[in-house]
Amino acid sequence: MFLARLANPSRFMAFTARVLPWLAIVTALLLALGLYQSWTAPDDYQQGATVKIMFIHVPNAWLSMFVWMVMSASALGTLVWKHPLADVAAKAAAPIGAAFTFLALATGSLWGRPMWGTYWQWDARLTSMLILFLMYLSLIALWRAVEDPTRAARAAAVLTLVGAINIPIIKFSVDWWNTLHQGESVFRMGGPTLDRAFLIPLFTMAMAFTLLFITLHLAAMRNEILRRRIRTLQMMQADGRAL
Amino acid sequence: MSVLGPYAVFIGTSYALVVLVVAGLIAAIVLDYRRQQAELRRLEASGVTRRSGKSPEQT
Repeated sequence: MFLARLANPSRFMAFTARVLPWLAIVTALLLALGLYQSWTAPDDYQQGATVKIMFIHVPNAWLSMFVWMVMSASALGTLVWKHPLADVAAKAAAPIGAAFTFLALATGSLWGRPMWGTYWQWDARLTSMLILFLMYLSLIALWRAVEDPTRAARAAAVLTLVGAINIPIIKFSVDWWNTLHQGESVFRMGGPTLDRAFLIPLFTMAMAFTLLFITLHLAAMRNEILRRRIRTLQMMQADGRAL
Repeated sequence: MSVLGPYAVFIGTSYALVVLVVAGLIAAIVLDYRRQQAELRRLEASGVTRRSGKSPEQT
């Protein structure tokens, strides 16, 4: 019911105007706590201090997939319910998802060089993540290329849902294929294989980055709603009549 | 950085990249918001209004 009320763009703008400053404050505090926990965490017996890279790499990797799932849910909203905010949500999320995916790839690469002896390996996990990054870029390009927002929304929604096939491939790639990338160590049957000393900073950072995504996403959605209103007003102005 | 051992460069670069990209994202969103607000003000000044009679900035 609450979400249904928020689905009205004007109510959404009013609600987010009140909530965003608080969200930003909580995000900043949680990020500060996560960074403190990350930098005071002990060295791993195998990875040494490079375990600190995991505290930023893993949350970014999780979010890169989570954002695509958010966009997929929005794509259903666009195609099935034709909801005006659904495409706004998807379009606003894409650049943020692309940034998280880039960071997951870059920090993974910077961890891989000292640990694996190479920045890059064409294994299933790394390659499927690279494909996800390219799909984000394709979607952003598509929204920019098609001028009519309705047509762009439909095409982007279809591409998003097709691209969602890649998410389980990324997730289970370490189980389905023999990869250089290590297997699942947190969300697995039998519980995490990580020590609490690493799990706590990891979860704090994951929560902080998730809140960061929510904050940035809401702010970007507000911008997109304003952009669409401006477009409508400009069209009316061009027609030479007031709304 | 010396407490990070021989891999300090890799760790430092990773964190610096995250700070840079996140700061870039925040800056892009804030600047975009200011651009939209400026355009709305311009349209309002030229007499274009919404059906509701409310200024677009009011919502």
